[in-house]
Amino acid sequence: MVTTDTSSTEPSPTPTGVGEGPAARGSTWRTFVSAFLRRREASVFIVAIGLMVYFRLSSEVFLEKPNLVNIAQASAPGAIVAVGVVLLLVSGEIDLSVGMVFALAPFLMHYAADFYGVPPIPSIILSLVVAALIGLGNGLIVCFLKVPSFVATLGTFYVLFGVVLTTSHAYPAQIPPSMEGRIQSWLGAADWAELIWGLLIVAYFHVMFTRTRWGIYTVSVGGNLLGATEAGIRVNRIKIGNFMMASTLGAFAGIMEAFRVNTIDPNLGGGTGVTFTAISAAVIGGTALAGGSGTMIGALLGAVVLAVLQNGFNLIGISANPFYLILGAAILISMIANQYLARLRRAGGT
Amino acid sequence: MAEPMSDPTHEPSRDATDDVVFRADDLVKRFGAVTALAGAGLYLRRGEVLGLIGDNGAGKSTLIKILCGFHKPDSGTLTLEGEEVVLRSVEHARSLGIDIVYQDLALVNELSVFHNMFLNREAVRGRLLQNRRMRRLATENLAALGITNIPDVSVEVAKLSGGQRQAIAVARAVNSDAKVLLLDEPLAAMGAKEGALILDLIQDLRANSNVSMIVIAHNYAQILEVCDRINVLQHGRITFDKPTSQTSLAELTDLMVTEYRTARRQLGGAVSQ
Repeated sequence: MVTTDTSSTEPSPTPTGVGEGPAARGSTWRTFVSAFLRRREASVFIVAIGLMVYFRLSSEVFLEKPNLVNIAQASAPGAIVAVGVVLLLVSGEIDLSVGMVFALAPFLMHYAADFYGVPPIPSIILSLVVAALIGLGNGLIVCFLKVPSFVATLGTFYVLFGVVLTTSHAYPAQIPPSMEGRIQSWLGAADWAELIWGLLIVAYFHVMFTRTRWGIYTVSVGGNLLGATEAGIRVNRIKIGNFMMASTLGAFAGIMEAFRVNTIDPNLGGGTGVTFTAISAAVIGGTALAGGSGTMIGALLGAVVLAVLQNGFNLIGISANPFYLILGAAILISMIANQYLARLRRAGGT
Repeated sequence: MAEPMSDPTHEPSRDATDDVVFRADDLVKRFGAVTALAGAGLYLRRGEVLGLIGDNGAGKSTLIKILCGFHKPDSGTLTLEGEEVVLRSVEHARSLGIDIVYQDLALVNELSVFHNMFLNREAVRGRLLQNRRMRRLATENLAALGITNIPDVSVEVAKLSGGQRQAIAVARAVNSDAKVLLLDEPLAAMGAKEGALILDLIQDLRANSNVSMIVIAHNYAQILEVCDRINVLQHGRITFDKPTSQTSLAELTDLMVTEYRTARRQLGGAVSQ
């Protein structure tokens, strides 16, 4: 696939001399290209562009506004959840429960607003705080009780599933009347609302991840837990913080999604659906499950690729059934490519 | 220092009253039924390179982990520049000027050289990292230590060789104004050329900075040439303390071989009974 292009340029970082006059212009271009291809996001970016070109050629309406809104709304929640998932994957952990927090959060907001008369914004904040506490719980179980995060959050997933079904009696609920109108549209229902929030969140976390201590410590914790501990980094604090952020982001995405679909549904996000979409987006975007490396921009592009694929299949009239076949293949290919590229990067060093 | 330093745990050295920067007395550490340290003590003079050797299981790593603040001793004291200190954590020890360099363990492969050199003491403005400043400082720092084999401080550490990583780890510690530097097996898993690089670096540091070093080594042949003094740790105690000039490779080898023979005899005895 396209990813192999990246690998072939990888070991030869412009060996031609920069000083050579006639070659100088060409080599600047090549430096630029090789710098681009060296980025983790390069392969998923190329795939995203390729898919868009392909679907535009196959379908007139692909780039028309209503369809772009569809794609935006389909990719934004996945991208937001994926941001939290990337933080956790990079720190060497995972959160399977985030998809259920996604479904639970709108209910919490609804209970607070409609049963306890809490005003709209405080209800939303309350719901986010509870989500953060769920993340705290996950983090404490993983860090102090030493339960692997896969198992711990699998447990949390079912516990929360039970909470959602029990408290909602497995029936959908209305959006609280106090939130209809401006709040509902700003927080999800307007055409581009989810996308704008998504972009803002990705941008914020991209900066946090690459330009702050928290980001560097997250990489350190996942890349070399012992080394990070010995460097005096409070590794548990980093991990627990990431669990809390992942959970809160899941809740925020869930609330927006409920506003957009205009109902609070116990099956919002399709159970494990959101979790797996987010993990897929992260992985396709170039985040390694092994910890230590990842990218927020890649996760966003991964979420876009998944949304474009599903949307494009609909447009050109292919049944949605083979979608999962392609999704699975894409995950496998990107993981294999990542392994291969990582080895090449290392080999190309000295 | 005015007070005479007598040390019951090993043969007191005549000149132990010299400018001692760091000392440990009567350290005891048990892990369950295993006694890792049974009253170990040592001292380190200012600007000195002390070689600490001992067989696997002699308690080297436990001792070093206590000296760097990672473990707390069950009993015994640490004295830094004449004042007794209780090290609460590695971070605390580092803030006091005691730093440790592990056998390339402590570096994060996925981070750049300069991020590693500033790990946990990054330059920040507000909440943002000052990457450019750290890059410049790291380059200057490596140059000042005579480390010239790191082409670019922006590359990921994963791309570097064992010797380069070790050099960076040492530079990181010196960078942080360490007074006492603990080097844990600095030559482990390294070729002759790489090892020579590190030995050069240790020598340079001794000549050009006032950092005092404890070099922990399993293979003492290489270490001997850069150390001022050698201590041997056996069964949780320091059993040997001599200036390098008064000992020889042969003597140290003898000491170790004797230990092996004793161990084998005991084993043999146990088997034949």
